[in-house]
Amino acid sequence: MVWEPEKECMQRDELRQLQLEQLQAVLARVYMHVPFYRKQFDACKVDPDDFRSLDDVRQLPFTSKADLQENYPYGLFAVPLREVVRIHASACMSTVVGYTRNDIKTWSNLVARVLGAGGVGKDDVVQIAYGYDLSTGGFGIHYGAERIGASVIPTSTGNTARQIKIMRDFKTTALVCTPSYALLIAETIHKQGINPGVLSLKYGLFGGEPWSEAVRQEIQDKLHIVATDNYGVSEVMGPGVASECTERNGLHINEDHFLVEVVDPKTLNPLPVGETGELVITTLTKEAFPVIRFRTRDLTSLLAEPCPCGRKTMRMARVAGRSDDVLIIRGTKVSPSQIATLLGEIEGQVPPHQVVVERPGALDEVTVLIAPGESGAFDELRKQHERLAAIERRLSSELGLSINVKLVERKSVESGPRVLDKRKA
Amino acid sequence: MLRIRSLEAGYGKLKVLRRVSIHVSPGEIVTIIGANGAGKTTLLQTIAGLLRAQAGEILFDKQDVGRHAPEAIAFLGCALVPEGRQVFAPMTVRENLQIGAYVQIRRGHAREVESDLGRVFELFPRLKERVSQLAGTLSGGEQQMLAIGRALMARPKLIMMDEPSMGLAPLVVRDIFAIIRRLGSEGHTVLLVEQNAKAALRIANRGYVLENGRILLEQSAEDLLANRDVQRAYLGRDLDSETELDGKRR
Repeated sequence: MVWEPEKECMQRDELRQLQLEQLQAVLARVYMHVPFYRKQFDACKVDPDDFRSLDDVRQLPFTSKADLQENYPYGLFAVPLREVVRIHASACMSTVVGYTRNDIKTWSNLVARVLGAGGVGKDDVVQIAYGYDLSTGGFGIHYGAERIGASVIPTSTGNTARQIKIMRDFKTTALVCTPSYALLIAETIHKQGINPGVLSLKYGLFGGEPWSEAVRQEIQDKLHIVATDNYGVSEVMGPGVASECTERNGLHINEDHFLVEVVDPKTLNPLPVGETGELVITTLTKEAFPVIRFRTRDLTSLLAEPCPCGRKTMRMARVAGRSDDVLIIRGTKVSPSQIATLLGEIEGQVPPHQVVVERPGALDEVTVLIAPGESGAFDELRKQHERLAAIERRLSSELGLSINVKLVERKSVESGPRVLDKRKA
Repeated sequence: MLRIRSLEAGYGKLKVLRRVSIHVSPGEIVTIIGANGAGKTTLLQTIAGLLRAQAGEILFDKQDVGRHAPEAIAFLGCALVPEGRQVFAPMTVRENLQIGAYVQIRRGHAREVESDLGRVFELFPRLKERVSQLAGTLSGGEQQMLAIGRALMARPKLIMMDEPSMGLAPLVVRDIFAIIRRLGSEGHTVLLVEQNAKAALRIANRGYVLENGRILLEQSAEDLLANRDVQRAYLGRDLDSETELDGKRR
């Protein structure tokens, strides 16, 4: 179903006009209301009044995650806090985003588009197994699912046995979660010997982390569903930025709300349609938290060919990876340098360590291997245990993700790479 | 219908509009709200060709009219109901309306003028009652009706209205907005410039906020009505005192 056909199927020239109008307006707004952007523009000697075409966006400076962190918590808000009705933050709490009432309405509609594209309609029973927390996934999808008029079950994450019971008893027709969690549910159902035929499940809408076609195939086969990919960026909106339709041939970008570019991550020069590079997004309609040329660090390419579904929006290829070393663990972003910083804070200095990411089953696991401290002899076993437990607690709570910490010999840590991502192997 | 890209205009060295981009689709009522001096009238006058654009483009019905003379733009079907009505005071109501039909006659549709007149009278029965009266003797509200009627006589594709509520009594304002809403529901395309933002947004589909010659927002009329900045600046709502009065915000 096309949720907003007058927007999603808009003629390209009409869309370009709308984008220009909104880009000029948002530039005027951020220049007026956000000191950070005013300084950035002034430093680059760009006058928002000089913007005459969409291509002029290339003159603007980029905004990075670090810029957001430096303006923690509310520095980049374009409206006073009293106009903000919702606040979300990244798991590690380094970036904070806000939404006005109109933003929530827009967001709900964009997520309704995502759900509609993935096959969901008002008669569906939608089980949302994203965390209902600071992250944008749970609440973002929830509001869109209610907007579309579906029956929404907010199961949140975890308790897989209960998820499956609800899925069966409540006759869930659409499952929305991270692909890795969907895979875990699929495997559990398989292991328990439940025939997926007894489930009412038809559609799965998965996002929050990159996933392969092989994983898609496995989920589809095990759950007997049509599984679509959708893409969101918390700093930009959350879910609702782009999504596959049931054709599953790339993600339709909601271009009437987001102006996208793909740039070479090294030179930062714009790349032509079809070439893979880093996705850069400018929000066109957000009131509380507009971002200008935000570097998503996600690698993708743009697809301009028309899609049989009738939507006229440009599509993006499924995310192929990242242009930085940030790891996406069960939908949560973890940066190795952040782990190092935290270890340094706990230990006084950064101990030799290695971050190991594995996927023993469906879900990712992170283990931080550290060497014993200089003075820490192995006989003080209890002390070492306490130390590891403390590091584990601190890392898990700061990163918003459970992290294992293991003690290993110094030389095995020092000889290996700082990050060992075994998932790719 | 109308598509404007990065329009700049003003008076001599005084730049009033800075890269204004807006569009109006067929059948829409679009309003431009903004304070006095924001550039609303300048924008309409530039579209109508009364003022020369300094940069940017104005596409009316897919034609670039940026260099067209005002009469050529009117001939293409773009009518302006000017600020302050500007009816021809020493002429009768009928004569004023007939002047409006001038482009229709030039288009070779002289025979339709009589039925168009009937339609205007059906829309504004008050004008029918005063058909032989001199326009200068009409009340402000009646003059506004006459100005709108005069524009309609040209069978325009786009009607631009500049502050139609200005200087009118509240009850008359209500009538005028009811007429504009009706024009919209009958398929007319309207670009409405208004200081009375609340009334304009209630009848419009979409709106733009113009401030210091720049467009700051483009949204559905519904969203603009819900926007707190717009409420504070243009809808005359003091949100803080509301909080104090009833202890909660709306």
